[in-house]
Amino acid sequence: MNNTQYKAPASVEKAIELFSGAEIGGKLLAGGTDLLVQMHSDMIAPALLIDLKKIPQLRAIEKEADGYRIGAAVSGVELMNHTGFCTTWPGVMDGVKLIGSLQVKGRASVGGNICNASPAADSVPPMIAAGALATVVGPDGARIVPVEDIGVAPGRNSLQQGEIVVSFLLPNQLAGSGGAYQRFTPRTEMDIAVVGVAVNLTLDKAGICSHARVAVGAVAEKVLLVKQAGDALIGTRVQDDATDNLVTAVRAACRPIDDKRGTREFRVQVAGVLARRVVATALERAKGSGQNP
Amino acid sequence: MATGPSPWVTSFDYEEKDLKVIGKNPADRSDALEKVTGRARFAADYNLPGQLVGCVLRSPHAHARVLSIDTSAAESLPGVKAVVTRDDFPDLQSEVAAAGELMVNYRDVTRNIMAREKVFYDGHAVAAVAATDRRTAKQALKLIRVDYDVLPHVIDVVEAMQPDAPLLHENQFTAGITPKPDRPSNIATQMTSKLGDVVTGFKQADLVIEREFNTKPIHQGYIEPHACVANYTSGGGGSAEVWASTQGHFVFQAQIAKVLQMDISKVRVNPAELGGGFGGKNTVYLEPLAVLLSKKSGAPVKMKMDRNEVLRATGPTSGTNTKVKIGVTKDGKITAAQAELNYQSGAFPGSALALATMTVFTRYDLKNVLVVGHDVTCNRPKVAAYRAPGAPMIAFAVESVMDELAEGLGMDPIDLRLLNAASEGTKTHMGGTLDRIGYVETLEAAKAHEHLKTPLGPNQGRGIATGYWFTLGNETSGTLNISTDGTAAFIYGTVDVAGGSRTVFAQMIAEELGIALDKVRVIQSDTSSLGFNFTTAGSRGTAAGGTVAVKTCRDAIVRMCEIAARIWDVDVEQVSWKDGHAVPAGANVGEFEPLSVADLAKQASWYGGTIAGHAELNVAGGGPGFGAHLVDVEVDRETGAVKVLRYSIIQDAGKAVFPDYVKAQFHGGAVQGIGMALNEEYIYNDKGIMENAGFLDYRIPVASDVPFIDTTIVEVPSPNHPYGVRGIGEVPIIPPLAAISNAIYDAVGVRMRDHPMSPPKVLKALSGT
Amino acid sequence: MKRTMKRTMKKTHVSTVINGDEIDFLCDPSQTLLDVLRDELQMTGTKEGCGTGDCGACSVTVDGVLVCSCLVLGVEAEGAEIQTVEGMAGPDGDLHPLQRKFVEHVALQCGICTPGLLIAARSLLANNPDPSEQEVRFGLAGNLCRCTGYHNIIKAVLDAAAEMRSA
Repeated sequence: MNNTQYKAPASVEKAIELFSGAEIGGKLLAGGTDLLVQMHSDMIAPALLIDLKKIPQLRAIEKEADGYRIGAAVSGVELMNHTGFCTTWPGVMDGVKLIGSLQVKGRASVGGNICNASPAADSVPPMIAAGALATVVGPDGARIVPVEDIGVAPGRNSLQQGEIVVSFLLPNQLAGSGGAYQRFTPRTEMDIAVVGVAVNLTLDKAGICSHARVAVGAVAEKVLLVKQAGDALIGTRVQDDATDNLVTAVRAACRPIDDKRGTREFRVQVAGVLARRVVATALERAKGSGQNP
Repeated sequence: MATGPSPWVTSFDYEEKDLKVIGKNPADRSDALEKVTGRARFAADYNLPGQLVGCVLRSPHAHARVLSIDTSAAESLPGVKAVVTRDDFPDLQSEVAAAGELMVNYRDVTRNIMAREKVFYDGHAVAAVAATDRRTAKQALKLIRVDYDVLPHVIDVVEAMQPDAPLLHENQFTAGITPKPDRPSNIATQMTSKLGDVVTGFKQADLVIEREFNTKPIHQGYIEPHACVANYTSGGGGSAEVWASTQGHFVFQAQIAKVLQMDISKVRVNPAELGGGFGGKNTVYLEPLAVLLSKKSGAPVKMKMDRNEVLRATGPTSGTNTKVKIGVTKDGKITAAQAELNYQSGAFPGSALALATMTVFTRYDLKNVLVVGHDVTCNRPKVAAYRAPGAPMIAFAVESVMDELAEGLGMDPIDLRLLNAASEGTKTHMGGTLDRIGYVETLEAAKAHEHLKTPLGPNQGRGIATGYWFTLGNETSGTLNISTDGTAAFIYGTVDVAGGSRTVFAQMIAEELGIALDKVRVIQSDTSSLGFNFTTAGSRGTAAGGTVAVKTCRDAIVRMCEIAARIWDVDVEQVSWKDGHAVPAGANVGEFEPLSVADLAKQASWYGGTIAGHAELNVAGGGPGFGAHLVDVEVDRETGAVKVLRYSIIQDAGKAVFPDYVKAQFHGGAVQGIGMALNEEYIYNDKGIMENAGFLDYRIPVASDVPFIDTTIVEVPSPNHPYGVRGIGEVPIIPPLAAISNAIYDAVGVRMRDHPMSPPKVLKALSGT
Repeated sequence: MKRTMKRTMKKTHVSTVINGDEIDFLCDPSQTLLDVLRDELQMTGTKEGCGTGDCGACSVTVDGVLVCSCLVLGVEAEGAEIQTVEGMAGPDGDLHPLQRKFVEHVALQCGICTPGLLIAARSLLANNPDPSEQEVRFGLAGNLCRCTGYHNIIKAVLDAAAEMRSA
């Protein structure tokens, strides 16, 4: 039996070198809240663990000209303690705050949440709704990938051999923008989303929706960006007819399975319910966010 | 072994008297300090020098014949010191013994801890390894080759009862049916409990309601996984010492000895601090494996389960299918009650059916009752007791039907229960009549509760349900040693399953001896320091253990009166015991200063020797407890989510020795019931594999799921306990299922008869209205 | 016949400060901090309930952050400051107000979840000295207790918070 090796590189370059090293099956360790569970249950026995938390870039939360940039290994608690980010992105924080217990959030990162590619991951729908862009670095250089293109199927992401997500950019939004995420779980805490819906929308000065993105979790093999649902709101005052259309579009996009966490029928039904509820919250936040009505 | 209640039992009559210690909350609890500082030692906290780590290989199939097991590769892995399989265990013949509230058959115990001919459930043990560390042991498990012939399986109780269902035991012919059936079946036993004649009874009814209910299996959910350390010594013909997480170390001792064919007295079991059991730690799983691995390896062996193993391989409750039919006159008097109970027993016969069958309707004064029950084997772990085993499921049915009857009659649901309430002298369908009980007082306190006066909002509803559970007695031993300074040490042989009984024993001893509470130390025995004690089950800890504590005191008092007689040079009859002192029995005895325990203890060595008290009693059971629960819920009509807004418990405790602790037991029982009602269930896939074997998806309630729980203690003393104590631990888990179901109906008009009342089910029910 | 042993296992040396004491240990890189505390350092006050971060019994703080020690590798503790239940009482044995209030309010029964709950509650109060009942309930939702129904735990934490604020 081979001994697991542990490395904690201090730079992205070193991490990529280790990760793309041909001879061993390496695993990236950020928060470790999924990885250690898999190790505990003997699902995996990695030969190499590459701890990303010693790389400063992956731990930073910075306001840049284009928006907020958060390192891929920033923990949920670190985000929760960042007043500026929380004020700017309450919808994303709705999701982050739901990633497990406080104990789990003390470790779990948004980067891990996204790269593990669980369709039920709570931070993913609001990150997609927010239009977050991932900076992915690999042996062949860096590229920018929209978050919705990272998850492919449960446990499978679109990253190439040796690639690492370094950070996420949440682009600046216009005044009059607001986002929200809600999920349904049988318990009030400590649960995996049976279904989760995020919306991010912008109202213009006249109160007309000029931009809307809707993402739905746990209703397909990956988190879905439902363009038709967002489009249902654009150009409207986000009143009953528009939200009815949104609900219809959300339900139409769902293609869930029956599993231990919920039935197909239940997920489709509740996805619509949550869509209506998150839009109401997002609308309130948009109206409270700046000069708009 | 003779069955049924033994006539050779002991009890003490309740005496009303002024109490100094009992009934008051002690400032300190003897176990609490160690627990809040992390020093309390649970089974997994014990380590022996040179110990090995043991791990278990478990079946990946729900039902399969085990054709062959090849352990050679595992045995040759460096670091592996011993491997055991079915071949290392002697086969045992059928022999039934009590183990807590359920009975066990040693033939099945040996097959449950290590599969023989077949594996009967996902997680069934097939081999165990001891190695120098856990990683090596787990690596070795992967090297064991097991050849299975996978068989069709059956999980659901109703499906398992069908004639064409996959059969677990080829030699199982339903007992309790005459003539004996001509073909085997999964129905192990049919039981009947009867009073009067239901046919006549139903004819007298103006309103009859009959309903069918289903419940999913649930787990006790103790936070401490099973763990043990075992050390086998070959000297003296072979003996073993075991530290274990157990509710009954003497029962474990007997089971280990029986399974390994050792002398019982050569197995010594030390109960560690228990990290929760609720009935699930009444029977052995790891312990015989650890002893055998220790024997084979010549080193101590430590074993612990992980949560996945706990959920897959230890005793959950039965999943059930029940039918209840009750008839009432237009005035609300019940004329007949009938029930069919179909209970899963899991891999081997022996569910809580017997208890459930006996207690279905007990709390109502009925003339005509018929209860028929079936104990059904299926491809799940052998069920274990869980807090009032079998009762919550059937109370779900009975108390829901009572609610419908009240609605049909236009009667208040508490009034309907009061009109039919059992009381002293009520003849029960389980046989015998009830002693003084407090059901009426409990219902009256519920009716007067402020909870019922508060208004409800939209989509909110209120439910009520009641429950009953008995109090076990059984073999109980203890020793009280009075030291020369007059302080007392009590060694008890029950297990303090939740950290309360140590303190209540001390309270009773302080009360009896008239010494300060902090002068009493209470110590857990191992199996060699006392005579046999039955498992702590059936709410018997405080009741039976307390009876023994009192008896040891009275024994010591006899001794102390002898000493006083010698000091005063009078006849022993001329000395009596009053307020913690030996005093002259009358004015004619002479003028003597009363002698305290300390005075007597100081002089004991000259006047006759050490003062001690002993008790080895078969304590009489009795003192049944009754509870009523009131709950308010709010239902989210769009998602089916049910939120518990308010919860009140009213329960007869007989006498609350440590009132805050009694309330704490009420809280815990009710929240377990809430979890059971709303979210907890075993989920199996189509291969019979458990899909939610972890605390993430086996959803026990978290702190934010529940409100504060209001509690009212009713005190109607039990006539056959010296302080009137009734068992209180189990009753509070019985009413929540029905109370919540009734509240959901009140809120949104749907009757939930399929457990759990989870959001998808509630939403589906709502969409049908 | 045992195979000849080819040594492949090599442990890592880790230096930490635990409850104020400098403590070094050797661990396998795949070993969790929980296993290190319990098996290597014999600090068994931290309990294992699930091993998957779902019950909170193994709660400790690492550099002041509340975590499940079953979800942290021992090697990650290099240079870190760790606090466990064993370090909660004062050096003279004086109980922490939370420990005292847990005893006073009968906020524990079997006691297996208690160390984790105490650590989590202390962390909660450090971040929010005046929490509401709901904030305590949600803040402690990562700590499962099967015995108490949480009632007395919530009472004890609220009472300890009040006492700590007035101290």
